[in-house]
Amino acid sequence: MNQEMKEHVKAALRSGVRLDGRKLEEFRPITIETGMISTAEGSARVKFGEAEVLAGLKMAVERPYPDQPDSGTLMVNAELLPMSSPEFESGPPSMDSIETSRVIDRGIRESKAMDTKVLCIEKGEKVWSMAVDVVPINYGGNLIDMGGLAAIAAIKSAFYPLLLEDGTVDYHQKTKQKVKMSAHPIPVTICKIGDLLFVDPTDEEEKAVEARLTVTSIDEDKICSLQKGGDSPLTVEDFEKMIDLALKKAKEIRKILDGVK
Amino acid sequence: MTFKRPSKRKNDEPRKIEAEVGVIKKADGSARFKIGDTEALAAVYGPRELHPRFLQDPKKGILRCSYSMMPFSGDGSRVRPGPSRRSKEISLVSEKALIPVLDLSDYPNTVVDVFIELPQTDAGSRCAGICAASMALADAGLVMKDMVAAISVGMVRDTLVVDLDGDEEHLDDNEAADIPIAMIPSTKEITLLQMDGIVSKKNLKKAIELVIPVLADIAQAQRNALLNRYNR
Repeated sequence: MNQEMKEHVKAALRSGVRLDGRKLEEFRPITIETGMISTAEGSARVKFGEAEVLAGLKMAVERPYPDQPDSGTLMVNAELLPMSSPEFESGPPSMDSIETSRVIDRGIRESKAMDTKVLCIEKGEKVWSMAVDVVPINYGGNLIDMGGLAAIAAIKSAFYPLLLEDGTVDYHQKTKQKVKMSAHPIPVTICKIGDLLFVDPTDEEEKAVEARLTVTSIDEDKICSLQKGGDSPLTVEDFEKMIDLALKKAKEIRKILDGVK
Repeated sequence: MTFKRPSKRKNDEPRKIEAEVGVIKKADGSARFKIGDTEALAAVYGPRELHPRFLQDPKKGILRCSYSMMPFSGDGSRVRPGPSRRSKEISLVSEKALIPVLDLSDYPNTVVDVFIELPQTDAGSRCAGICAASMALADAGLVMKDMVAAISVGMVRDTLVVDLDGDEEHLDDNEAADIPIAMIPSTKEITLLQMDGIVSKKNLKKAIELVIPVLADIAQAQRNALLNRYNR
């Protein structure tokens, strides 16, 4: 990004009105839809303004890891589809896509919202493995927050496929059994430019961000994962302000998610 | 014995079609083409500079297609992300299906990238992808002499049927023969033709005749989608 554009983004932030007209602590309008993908066990489409991501959950029966014979598995993967932005290229996963995958994955895993013991079918032999894939359709920045929300909404909407007696899965028949979660871990990324803190960066703003902190929380007092990003350091004071802001915003987003099936 | 289609469709009746353009704002052109439960998205970027430079053609721009199924789009277990032998072959034949309608001589040394992604599939995904890609190229404002429309025709229990769905493809341990065809509807030129399964010479000719009117209808749906973009 050229220096002029960065200055332009910064000037807008300093004036308190961002390039798209939002205030610093304002998200784009959030919409969540679920269950639109017939081939997935659970699915969600999340839009922040015009930015759009899809998440789909696939389940399979696999052998458990030898050190955890009675636990199923859960994995989140994000792919930066070249379809969704002129800046993404085909090829092996980039550093950014791996960080996004891992931050979303860790937020869900460490929240303990998914009890992996429930995914055990037969100890040491068969467990359910769940894979959530997050893909941007129209990239507009803030993929960790969007993808994390889409992943949770997809799991929340999921039904188990039919397990046949021979241990194989009939994907054409979904059962009425829901995938259960005990909490909804919500990632919120707080960005810093100069001494300004703001939320929900667009792809343009993202390029000018000096430091960021992703805070995943399950309620107003429980934080389950953190990730600091960007080239600049954070002061302890920044850190405290960022946590407060992230928890406040997560509460608003959790309310939207609660209204979704 | 005549074969009754599980979906109760007539033999020359395709599944329900939805077509829309301009669905991905970041792209220079984009489209969504849904036929039954198979859905394809296509995004076009370019003409843009082509790297590495030895691939550049100083006389004209080149077309590069990439077909990919989203990991949750298969009718069985998860599809591993990243290219496979199958997806690379489909990318190649899709490119060959689209190039005859394009004129990229105004854009030397550039590439037009077409990304085809499938959020969900139920047979016929390469044809849906080509239909979406053709609309996305037009949406990007590239010069084209016509649309490219594509559909499959198949032989199920000795009966020719248009637009096989997953249920038909998997009947009798996947015995059905499947023939995906893409055509330039105004000239009736074939730009994609593949087949797996066994079909007699006579039936093969019939199969092609069967899809010609269906492809004309699809091309009309594609054009309507483009017109709708400017009518709304």
